[in-house]
Amino acid sequence: MAQTEQKKRGPSDSGILVVTQTKPPTANCWSCGAMRAAHFCQQCGKVQPPAPVDYFSFFGLPYKLNLEPDKLEREFYALSRHLHPDINAVSSDREQQWSLEQSSQLNDAYRTLKDPITRTEYLLRLQGVQLEEQSKAATEEARRTGKVKKQVVPPDLLEQVFELNMQLEEARMNKKMGEPDRNLERELQDTKKQLQAKYDGMMAELHAAWNEWDTLVERTGQGDTVLEDDRLAVRDKMVDVLNRRSYLRNLLRDIDEVLESQ
Amino acid sequence: MSNERIVGIDLGTTNSLVAYMEGDRPVVIPGEDGLNLVPSVVALDGNGQIVVGSAARKFLIETADHTVYSVKRLMGRGVEDVRDELKLFPFRLAEDLAAGEVLRIKLGDKTFTPPEISAFILRQLKRNAERYFAAPVTQAVITVPAYFNDAQRQATKDAGRIAGLEVLRLVNEPTAAALAYGLDKKETATVAVYDLGGGTFDISILKLHEGIFEVIATNGDTHLGGDDIDNLLITIALSDIEGDLGVDIRRNTEIVQGIRKAVIEAKIALSSNEKTVLNVELPGGKRYQREITRAQFEQLIQPVIDRTIGPVRQAMKDAGLKATQIDEAVLVGGSTRIPRVRQLVEELFERKPHSDLNPDEVVALGAAVQANILAGGSEATKEMLLLDVTPLSLGIEALGGVVAKIIHRNSTIPASATEHFTTGVEGQTNVAIHVLQGERELAKDCRSLARFDLRGIPPMPAGLPRIEVKFLIDANGILHVSARELRSGKEAEIEVQPSYGLTDEQVENMILESFDKAEEDFRQRQVIEARNEAETMLTALEKGRKNVAWEQLSSQERTNVGKLETALRAVMQEEDYQSIRSAIDALNQGTMRLAELMMDSAVGAALKGQNMDTADVGEGPESPHPIASAEIER
Repeated sequence: MAQTEQKKRGPSDSGILVVTQTKPPTANCWSCGAMRAAHFCQQCGKVQPPAPVDYFSFFGLPYKLNLEPDKLEREFYALSRHLHPDINAVSSDREQQWSLEQSSQLNDAYRTLKDPITRTEYLLRLQGVQLEEQSKAATEEARRTGKVKKQVVPPDLLEQVFELNMQLEEARMNKKMGEPDRNLERELQDTKKQLQAKYDGMMAELHAAWNEWDTLVERTGQGDTVLEDDRLAVRDKMVDVLNRRSYLRNLLRDIDEVLESQ
Repeated sequence: MSNERIVGIDLGTTNSLVAYMEGDRPVVIPGEDGLNLVPSVVALDGNGQIVVGSAARKFLIETADHTVYSVKRLMGRGVEDVRDELKLFPFRLAEDLAAGEVLRIKLGDKTFTPPEISAFILRQLKRNAERYFAAPVTQAVITVPAYFNDAQRQATKDAGRIAGLEVLRLVNEPTAAALAYGLDKKETATVAVYDLGGGTFDISILKLHEGIFEVIATNGDTHLGGDDIDNLLITIALSDIEGDLGVDIRRNTEIVQGIRKAVIEAKIALSSNEKTVLNVELPGGKRYQREITRAQFEQLIQPVIDRTIGPVRQAMKDAGLKATQIDEAVLVGGSTRIPRVRQLVEELFERKPHSDLNPDEVVALGAAVQANILAGGSEATKEMLLLDVTPLSLGIEALGGVVAKIIHRNSTIPASATEHFTTGVEGQTNVAIHVLQGERELAKDCRSLARFDLRGIPPMPAGLPRIEVKFLIDANGILHVSARELRSGKEAEIEVQPSYGLTDEQVENMILESFDKAEEDFRQRQVIEARNEAETMLTALEKGRKNVAWEQLSSQERTNVGKLETALRAVMQEEDYQSIRSAIDALNQGTMRLAELMMDSAVGAALKGQNMDTADVGEGPESPHPIASAEIER
């Protein structure tokens, strides 16, 4: 796989700033012999054997975190029109199999990249990061050891979370008894507002980090030498924001659940 | 590419249809009776033949234990899932079902799995299409409820194969309906399809964009539909009647079927009338009548139709849309004819829903459109492409019975996920993976799909093997799994233990050609039996010729018997048991007087002190006719 190759070239810390993208091998079209485009032949339209590429490379995108959703969607539709199994339903078995693999890769890539959070998580994973809470590695570890995945409470939230959990518990009890407490609900609404503001702040932080990252990618693309420390700094910033964000998102969801069902 | 037509089939709970694309319009293919709808009813008639559709319907009341309907409710389900169902539906399961075995339903003294019953319906539709085209039909698109899980989809695909149809694609019913509606709409729009059928409910939210039909979210309930409304009314009628008669009639399938029929008529009447009379004929010339107003009916069914609200809200939430962002709401399924259902949809989406196309036919029409797209498209469909989603999350059971989700619901299909596994014990060569479908956190609350046993892992210290397992959901919504051990590069061998479903081999054995062969066997048995009977008859005739009674016949009578005998001997050599039987009947008729005369002489002889044995009256004491043999037990 592409990622593993990049890792080999990197320093002890497995991630490097990737600008040399993995491109599908430029073989000729198996069917008409024309120089083929990535996934299907521009000449005869036939679907080509799938190549193992990462999701950014699948769409021919640089490893940047800001992208235009409309453009990605148009590209997704355009590729679907060539790769989807319905288009290749009466082709040979081999082509049908390629079509199935290509279009699942397309869908997986689109699903991952269209959402900015999963896009960031995916890029970080390409960078060799094992995201503390979201990472598959943690899930696997938990799966293997049978432990519940650990949730790290961001220090600045510690006190508020303790208080909030008590309130949520009380609200759930009230609900069960059918005795809603208007004051408590108001308090929860207030907490929600505060947390939402914090959440928005985090998203702003994340946006800033994306911009920093993209600048690094652009500079590397222009032949600048990017310091390893700069790259690691941005990367770790994103990891930190993502972890806090996911914690906060869960809290907001819990509050919503309690408030909605009142 | 073959020129053979690919048909679109709506395999419904209550009715099934077959359609195809005629030019740029999808049309429904009628049956021999001229009707578009084939009731999804299968019966075994008095001759042991399978009867499907309208013809089978009359058996619902006459011989209810030889009839099956609403079999779609049982597709891809296990014994423990259908307990509740059995209280309300007169499905008779085979008594010897083991836990985890595919259900078998009794039809007379035979048993069939739900895919086999469905295959009978599919075969009927296939025949209707073949009759219409005067050409063979072997490829089809079949629709399934969007909320069908993997097992239910697989069971539907198996049914197709059993019926001799290559199922090119399973299409979700609401999506198919959107295709039929969107045929001449090329603009961008967000559409909600509300599909309440006989037994299933689906809600799908789609984005239409330049011919691409992209499903954003789907939800539903595969056990919610018109059947549930019928059951509410039946329960009322049953308790009324029992109160009156003072007897338990719940086990009397004939009466219950009679009530079901009356209830459905009343339900339909209430869609256009303000009140109706539930009218049931009871045995002994009695009659049960009860007036129902629409208001009463609506109050009664409210809890049932309210069950559609949760899935609608969830789908909207998953799509990230508010009611005001939906441009159009479309009604699909017979149950959306109920005014109260229409009102609910209007409330949910804050707009009047569309129902321009016949809600019974729109799904089949959409299936025909999809069939046309798969066949390479035509002028009408060349820009059209359907991007559907998987309705349920796919997960793996982790330690402690927790489910780790690997493909989330509403992911566009085909979709895949790759997971890595390792061993926990030194030298371990097998790893078991339990795959589930559903949204709940614990494995016990999700639907078990299959247990995969990865074998042939090279023995290594614990934790060293890296087994890569690829899960891929195809465009039919069906899961495929492949595995590789990365350190050795060896393809791991996978043994699949489907939790609910037939193995490939079982399906192979059920293919209706083999059932057609069974019909052939049946036919041959009939021929052999008819020949045996003819032999017996001819032997008796030989004896009759030696009897004095023969001389008492006129020469014309004797010539006639001779002719009938020659006819029987000739037809006996052929393979048509029905003509052998008619020749036997004709000879039987022709020798009636001979038989009477022989009987007379035998009686006379008996009066003279002889017994029946020596009088030689025929083949057996039960024989009403000295020449005819006794009825052969079949």
